[in-house]
Amino acid sequence: MSTKWETVIGLEVHVELATETKVWCSCKNEFGAEPNTNVCPVCLALPGSLPVLNARALEYTIKAGLALNCKIQRRSKFDRKNYFYADLPSGYQISQFDLPLCYDGYVDITLKDGTTRRIRIQRIHLETDAGKLVHAGDDVAAADFSLVDFNRAGVPLIEIVTEPDLRSAEEAGLFLEKLRSILKYSGVSDVKMEEGSMRCDVNVSVRPAGSTEFGVRSELKNVNSFSAAVRGIEYEQKRHIRILEEGGQVEQETRSWRDAQGISVLLRSKEDAEDYRYFPEPDLPPVEVTTEEIERIRATLPELPDALMQRLMTEYGLSAYDASVIVAEREYAQWFLQAVELAGADQAKAVANWQINELYRVMNEKELGPDQIPLTPEQLVGMLKLMEKGTITGKIAKTVFDKMVETGKDAETIVKDEGLTQVADEGELLAIAREVVAANPKVFEDWKSGKQSAAQWFVGQIMKRTRGRANPQLALKLVTQALEEQAQK
Amino acid sequence: MALTRDEIARVAHMARLSLSEEEIEGFAEQLSRILEHVERINQVDVTDVPPTYHAVTLQNVLREDEPQPSLERETVLALAPESEAGCYKVPKITEG
Amino acid sequence: MSGMTHILSAARLNRLFLAGELSAVEIAESALSRIAKVEPQVGAFLHVAAEHVLDRAKKLDARRRAGDNEFGPLAGVPIAVKDNICTCGMETTCASRMLKGYVSPYDATVVERLRASGAMIIGKTNMDEFAMGSSGEASAFQTTRNPWDLERVPGGSSSGSAAAVAAGEVPLALGTDTGGSIRQPAAFTGVVGLKPTYGYVSRYGVVSFASSLDQVGPLGHDVEDVARLFEVIAGPDRRDATNAGRTPPELKFGGDPSLAGVRLGVPRELFGQGIDSGVKARVEEAIRQLEDLGATVEECSLPSTEYALSAYYVIALAEASSNLARYDGVRYGFRAAQTGGLTEMYSKTRGEGFGAEVKRRIMLGTYVLSSGHYDAYYRKAQQVRTLVVRDFERAFERFDALVTPTTPFTAWRIGEKIDDPMAMYLGDICTIPVNLAGLPAISVPCGFVDGLPVGMQLIGKHFADAQLLQMAWAYQKVTKHHESRPVLTEEGGR
Ligand SMILES: [Zn+2]
Repeated sequence: MSTKWETVIGLEVHVELATETKVWCSCKNEFGAEPNTNVCPVCLALPGSLPVLNARALEYTIKAGLALNCKIQRRSKFDRKNYFYADLPSGYQISQFDLPLCYDGYVDITLKDGTTRRIRIQRIHLETDAGKLVHAGDDVAAADFSLVDFNRAGVPLIEIVTEPDLRSAEEAGLFLEKLRSILKYSGVSDVKMEEGSMRCDVNVSVRPAGSTEFGVRSELKNVNSFSAAVRGIEYEQKRHIRILEEGGQVEQETRSWRDAQGISVLLRSKEDAEDYRYFPEPDLPPVEVTTEEIERIRATLPELPDALMQRLMTEYGLSAYDASVIVAEREYAQWFLQAVELAGADQAKAVANWQINELYRVMNEKELGPDQIPLTPEQLVGMLKLMEKGTITGKIAKTVFDKMVETGKDAETIVKDEGLTQVADEGELLAIAREVVAANPKVFEDWKSGKQSAAQWFVGQIMKRTRGRANPQLALKLVTQALEEQAQK
Repeated sequence: MALTRDEIARVAHMARLSLSEEEIEGFAEQLSRILEHVERINQVDVTDVPPTYHAVTLQNVLREDEPQPSLERETVLALAPESEAGCYKVPKITEG
Repeated sequence: MSGMTHILSAARLNRLFLAGELSAVEIAESALSRIAKVEPQVGAFLHVAAEHVLDRAKKLDARRRAGDNEFGPLAGVPIAVKDNICTCGMETTCASRMLKGYVSPYDATVVERLRASGAMIIGKTNMDEFAMGSSGEASAFQTTRNPWDLERVPGGSSSGSAAAVAAGEVPLALGTDTGGSIRQPAAFTGVVGLKPTYGYVSRYGVVSFASSLDQVGPLGHDVEDVARLFEVIAGPDRRDATNAGRTPPELKFGGDPSLAGVRLGVPRELFGQGIDSGVKARVEEAIRQLEDLGATVEECSLPSTEYALSAYYVIALAEASSNLARYDGVRYGFRAAQTGGLTEMYSKTRGEGFGAEVKRRIMLGTYVLSSGHYDAYYRKAQQVRTLVVRDFERAFERFDALVTPTTPFTAWRIGEKIDDPMAMYLGDICTIPVNLAGLPAISVPCGFVDGLPVGMQLIGKHFADAQLLQMAWAYQKVTKHHESRPVLTEEGGR
């Protein structure tokens, strides 16, 4: 007899805020600086130093909360979470215990089958990032010593905690993607998983399908990418089910995900759980957020992906698929909207086609990220204008497109320099049409016997002879004329 | 409230303090006595009394998000007991 | 004249410097020579910055000779700084093995303000380790002696600052006060000590003991000097989020001392049992003199102060246990000889680097915050704190200030209470409630019992530090207790 199991997943997602400076001091918040160059008395916890809250970190936390449909705590405070670790300079992390800045929010995700699921956000709080450990080798426990870089210590971090609403690894993956996209749109973080600006802990439990009680959960740490989250959840889910089916009991414990090996290992059991001795941070006064302040911050939020996707469909008539791949990245959406603004709404579909079919293809080939779009909206729109005027053909346009990407020049310059202007001279084209018809009697016979595609074949020949510069409609008209002439001979 | 040796050892570990046997004994006795005195606060009726975390009422003390120069790495690493390759050096990390 | 600077006030030294009658170098040399003579007996300093102070003095003199008249109110005044206040170029050890040899790469805000005022920092003073203690005996390095009786403690934790002023080594010193650490040693050594309102003086660069209670303040021979130093150090600082951003009003002293219209309350809970009869008699005399000056005096009650000491220890030690977690042997300070892994390094470093009293307090603070105890201890203590605050608020509806003894007894013998922490803690009963409520309070000398100084404490409303200083000035003007000086034979004997 086999039980059907249901997996219950909750996520704790840590996201670094894209402020200029750290959260408690005025050191630069930047990725990739030389080790220990962005450090000061405060973020090194030198004796006597004190934290002062970065106004923008506060604003961004609230902004993230609003983007994720949260309520905002009117009176919030900071607390100390006490523990010792080499990357934590003060021996405590400034965090928020019982009064997080944001609470009760949600994110809607769309599953493959088109259904929508609402994932509730329990809370979002502002806290402090720790420094970075550099080990000889990648296993902490195996290294004889560690080196510590405190550049990241004191970078503002928000922790987003979901309710246990996710039911599969796939849902978790979709949620993380959606979360990343919303946070990036709202501008509070650049959410780069590879730079560690977004990290997550995963809570997984398993229960018999239909049960309303939760199973015992394990917490998975060191999950450093979306795909690792998906793999980790799948692994844990299998591990739990195996234990349960063998009649065992899942232990409540914290485990570490080793992505390279595809396994999780025990970090600590429930009994060894740290006692963090939270208490209110005496160095920081509480924070009060007024309605006016919330509204001011709300007004700075851009149109978020869900709303934008709807608009692209209704206003510009894009398909759900096209709209979704355009809103997937904030940069893509901005690029699209700028192009449409320049080209006019009637060109929206053309812009979308070029963006999705050509631009994404090139970017894929060149392995470019969304912040490295190799073409400006102006370039594309310039090219579309030339097509509209009939200066270039669609076929030539592809060449022009690639050249624009390559050289950064505008379409007009490329067309002029390379002599790619469409051949619209009837006399010239008719002469070519007569030549190709005369030179291919077999195809001509096919045409005569009623094979319509034969005419297209001749158009292709004209294109070849003109290196794609012939106006296709005109070419078809003249081919037809030449064929009919030949037929009457 | 009398503290046991085990409790003292547990707290000492939490506080990362290695204590000698005599210290553990001494602290068990002294801390118990201090706690006994401190527990007088439990005689006070504090129903509906909010806690006071700060001696003077302030709120929203914020800083502008503008970078200021950091300290020189040579300066800060010179304070460290041990450093290497521009980083602070710490012994083997045995737990997660 | 220069050999006598140790009996001159800061105000007088400043005037003489500005008038060109004494050079800064003469003042500095005179202070250094006094230090050289009495330090072997008193032991107030952990570090005397002779070279630094002379260099600074030369620069001040050069500026004055060049016609600069933009000098601050402490120009030419030698000042001692408690060793838990960060100073570039001089060690800041908190009298702890943990920070032996540590030189801060930055100045505390109060030190920046001192330097800007023209003061000459002459050295760093001994204290109880990390300001945890009431006698100075918890220093890892030396025992400071009370200049009035070298067999006795000077009080603590600002032991060296109080003793240095009392012994005439400096006219002014900075201390810190978390539960009485300025006022109690001021009382024990017969000097004036002010704990300002919490939030008046920046804590940036002041090594934290208990963040919600700590405050920096001045110690000096007379109220005017103390006020002068207070005005220099108080004021807004954006680097301390608990700083109230207030600038104190300009203080002027002069005219006939009068307390006409001033309403004073005497809290019976801080004037009853546990107070030494001699101390009580001196303070009662002082109260009569305050009445003679025109003040009305009435008894009042602060019922919750009975629990203040307990609440204080829970709060202060909880905060301390966390504040002292940064001393872990990684980024600065002491690290125990290498063994095992990171956790062992932490434990050994902290076990060897901290002294007994600090460890005791970290243990207690860790315990009261630990799982299952937080509500019973920490939260409860903060609720009791609210009751203490309310008691004061009620009292201040009727009174302008409250009068108590600063300490229940005079300075005890060195070693007398070292094995009985609880007995030592009980000595802070009059000063601790003030810190819980963040109020300003000043200790002024009010006579002697058996040759040992007694202090009277005046407690004021939030940010009424200036009024307190005015009251203390009036009292001092008619009593002259502050003019008494201990006799120290300068050649080392006694
Ligand atoms: Zn910093």
